[in-house]
Amino acid sequence: MRKVYSRIEQIVGDVIMVEAEGIGNEELAAITTSRGVSLAQVIRLDRTRVYLQVFAGSRGVSTGDQVRFLGHRMRVPFTENLLGRIFDGSGRPRDNGPDLMENMIEIGGPSVNPAKRIIPTRMVRTGIPMIDVFNSLVVSQKLPIFSVAGEPYNELLARIAMQAEVDIIILGGMGLKHDDYLFFRDTLDDQGALSRSIFFIHTAADPTVECILIPDMSLAVAEQFALQGKEVLVLLTDMTNFSDSLKELAITMEQIPSNRGYPGDLYSQLARRYEKAVDFEGAGSITVLAVTTMPGDDVTHPIPDNTGYITEGQFYLRNGRIEPFGSLSRLKQNVNKATREDHRTIMNSMIQLYADYKETLEKQAMGFAMSRWDEKLLNYGRAFEEGMMSLKVNIPLEEALDRGWRILADVFEPEETGIRSGMISKFWPGGNGGREPERKAGDGSGDEGGEDAGGEEKKESADGETEKEKDSKENHKT
Amino acid sequence: MSDREGRIVGVSGNMVVAEFSGDVMQNELAYAVSGKEELKAEVIRVRGNLVEMQVFESTDGLRVGDAIRFSGGLLSVSLGPGILAQVYDGLQNPLHLLAEEHGFFLKRGSYLTPLDEEKKWEFNPDIDTGSRVQGGDWIGWVQEGIFKHRIMVPFALDGDWKIKKIAEKGSYRVEDTVAELKNSRGDSRKVTLMQEWPVKIPITAYREKLRPKEPLITKIRIVDTITPIARGGTYCIPGPFGAGKTVLQQITSRHAEVDIVVIAACGERAGEVVETLREFPELEDPRTGRSLMERTIIICNTSSMPVAARESSVYTAVTIAEYYRQMGLNVLLLADSTSRWAQAMREMSGRLEEIPGEEAFPAYLESRIASFYERAGIVRLNDNSIGSITIGGTVSPAGGNFEEPVTQSTLKVVGAFLGLSRERSDARKYPSVDPLDSWSKYDSFIDSGQVQFARELLFRSSEIDQMMKVVGEEGTTLGDFVDYLKGDFIDDVYLQQNAYDKVEGATSAERQTHVFGVLVRILKSELKFEDKDDARHFFQEIRQDFRNWNYAEWETDEFKELEKKLLEKVSAKAEAGIGEESDEKSLQPN
Repeated sequence: MRKVYSRIEQIVGDVIMVEAEGIGNEELAAITTSRGVSLAQVIRLDRTRVYLQVFAGSRGVSTGDQVRFLGHRMRVPFTENLLGRIFDGSGRPRDNGPDLMENMIEIGGPSVNPAKRIIPTRMVRTGIPMIDVFNSLVVSQKLPIFSVAGEPYNELLARIAMQAEVDIIILGGMGLKHDDYLFFRDTLDDQGALSRSIFFIHTAADPTVECILIPDMSLAVAEQFALQGKEVLVLLTDMTNFSDSLKELAITMEQIPSNRGYPGDLYSQLARRYEKAVDFEGAGSITVLAVTTMPGDDVTHPIPDNTGYITEGQFYLRNGRIEPFGSLSRLKQNVNKATREDHRTIMNSMIQLYADYKETLEKQAMGFAMSRWDEKLLNYGRAFEEGMMSLKVNIPLEEALDRGWRILADVFEPEETGIRSGMISKFWPGGNGGREPERKAGDGSGDEGGEDAGGEEKKESADGETEKEKDSKENHKT
Repeated sequence: MSDREGRIVGVSGNMVVAEFSGDVMQNELAYAVSGKEELKAEVIRVRGNLVEMQVFESTDGLRVGDAIRFSGGLLSVSLGPGILAQVYDGLQNPLHLLAEEHGFFLKRGSYLTPLDEEKKWEFNPDIDTGSRVQGGDWIGWVQEGIFKHRIMVPFALDGDWKIKKIAEKGSYRVEDTVAELKNSRGDSRKVTLMQEWPVKIPITAYREKLRPKEPLITKIRIVDTITPIARGGTYCIPGPFGAGKTVLQQITSRHAEVDIVVIAACGERAGEVVETLREFPELEDPRTGRSLMERTIIICNTSSMPVAARESSVYTAVTIAEYYRQMGLNVLLLADSTSRWAQAMREMSGRLEEIPGEEAFPAYLESRIASFYERAGIVRLNDNSIGSITIGGTVSPAGGNFEEPVTQSTLKVVGAFLGLSRERSDARKYPSVDPLDSWSKYDSFIDSGQVQFARELLFRSSEIDQMMKVVGEEGTTLGDFVDYLKGDFIDDVYLQQNAYDKVEGATSAERQTHVFGVLVRILKSELKFEDKDDARHFFQEIRQDFRNWNYAEWETDEFKELEKKLLEKVSAKAEAGIGEESDEKSLQPN
């Protein structure tokens, strides 16, 4: 049996200190207090002084309480029986189910050898055009949703989880409101997905230290499933609470803060978790979707800022919509070349024009007269927001691309879009006739069609005979 | 030195404090012994009989009382044939071999030899017995991929030496002796195919350092034209996240006209390294026709790998770059990102409880950054041949604010500043180098008068744009409005570049000179417009034509045809035509 220590020398914040020997760094201990047994982890050794952070918090810890070192690091069980279960930040069941003690694995394991990683090339279809078309989500990607309190980020997270085709969903909730936790549970239950989900939930009412363990536990389990060939989606909400817990602990330990009180290793700490996202060669994958609420909607705040440097892009959720500016999926190039050849064209042109629209909006707000071009941009912006940006839109990628062309053709002449001629002649609806089955005759598109054709005419003269022949052939077909 | 030993008395994060007897050296390499594992560590501070060390691995399980074994040397890298095309971690562990041994995960305390000790290289002696040599002199070569890998007299040797014996042509392993040297004092030294060198000390076995003058062609138009880089020079790319720093580095690593590219992936995403790792072997180097990987060395210590090794990875990379420079090659070192390196210093400084400077960075941040970039340069070697290292480092400023310590310290010491802007990347204008804020102290291969003209126009255009936000389009004169459109036009058709297109992705120096010349001629011509809509429409049209032209392969019929069409269209609008006398020339490039 390992030695039991019954004298706690110091209690500062959630960190206690005992005099002990032969203790390993990061080792786990059990503290028996009047409130029950809590786990604690060694965070610093200084000769015989051993500093531990108490998971359940130091409230009610007496200097005479017993500390028993366990000789191993923090572990979680790994078994199929985890599916459908809900645990707290110390790994105890939160759902009145039985304790699981089989096949314990250490959390926070070593990092994946970069040489064993593969380039992710599989797209995760979400049915949300702002994601599928403009910033495609990719298997094994790590992506946060940047948002502010009050935005429907948890709803968005749940929706993506439901629509994405994955084997296992792991939810790591940090500082979650109890209603939010219930929302996730009920949503996944309604859709019949609970049986392939595992929850590690730390609610706002739970001790701070437990919050820090949530991502490690979720990801350790995810890693094991992935090694068994499962496609795992890990949802982490909200990483801001995780970072704040780190800050609290660092200050307790009298570390020199670097930026707004956050510890200097915030970047490394976040990276160690996010980098668990991986596509194993010959096995499964881990995709990480996280939520980072930006304090004061400030993206330069240390948490979103450090996160942005780590993750492979980010989605900005603002006013209930995914903002096209700032939102970015760094891996989209890996997948959007193989979807449809016009995917990138639509993606780039629509965003550039939307940027122009935003500028025009500013001008309009300042009361300037609107030129003919401005009017066009205004029409375009409205159509874009309604047809693409709204989270109500739930259509597959291909349909979204078709819709993109239609929005463009309804407003612009082809050369105004800056799209390469090859693409125009192949995909431009209306003027070329026939490519737009949904458009009814007499809804005003006739005039525009004429204009479009005029635009085509001019462009052709610049682009050479072949182009022209192709176009006129298409015109004749109708 | 074997009587020296240490015992751990404290552990905090990745810092270990130990008591020792005997002597220790600052920055000495040591091992923390934990059970069967030996973890590499580096001495960073000595106080009395206490030594503080940064451990290059995770410290979990280390106990008070565990032994410390001192190595007697500084943290060094092995330099010899077989480095090219390798992927190393920050301590020069070959990652592919680690993967073969340990599978998916990195194993703590597992160190492999950086060079293949069994492989035989065909050694060709270049020098006769009795010749006088100095550290860094070439005594022979082996063929490593496409390069003659020079075997050199160890850089550490002081003074003059004589070749006592030199091996015959034949195959040797890296540790086999190929020469013996003797000096006037009667000391003798053996020379093998490989040598060791401490990473934190620059290799200076050359005659003199020269001024970087010749442009290094990256085939990225905005860089080569507006903010050129010189061979042997330094540059930095600061930018907020998502602005495209890494993509810019990746494109540079593909197209840059240098012999060898060393990529130091320092504390960044693993996925980005993987792209290089997996794609480079498949990509062809247009200069040699061989795979790009054959001229590439990757040092990667990604963000989830131990922090202390991140600090050393940058030094490992630059030392390897210096080694190849000593062979008279042109090396490009791309460090991504130097901010992570600075943060690693900050983490360690915090653990040491040093008095923090700005944003808790240590006070020595500036001098460390400066001395790192100073390892770049173009040098005349002992035999008068020329070798160079160009260093390009990305900076990831907190909050995208360039006023932070790492960016500011870097700007003081680099020759070119390629600032990326969030507005440009938000508008999908790539590369998002801000043409107005960025600067370079080096000269472009494009006529400076033309560049100056374009820069002024860009500046004017941006001014008018700002003004229009206040007075509106209707309050702007047609002339100003046309200037504004012209600036936009330069940006749209020349500064922006589609990196994912085979033709458009890389523009040769020849083509840049030609296309930029045409662009300037168009912009200089007096164009006649009825009104603003007419002007806007015209520029939209020729923008389309220009872009199509950019996508056409250089000097093909299609290219010439598109150029002719474009110029005809502009001539039709120009009052006096556009520079008729030079028309002929531009239609038949060169």
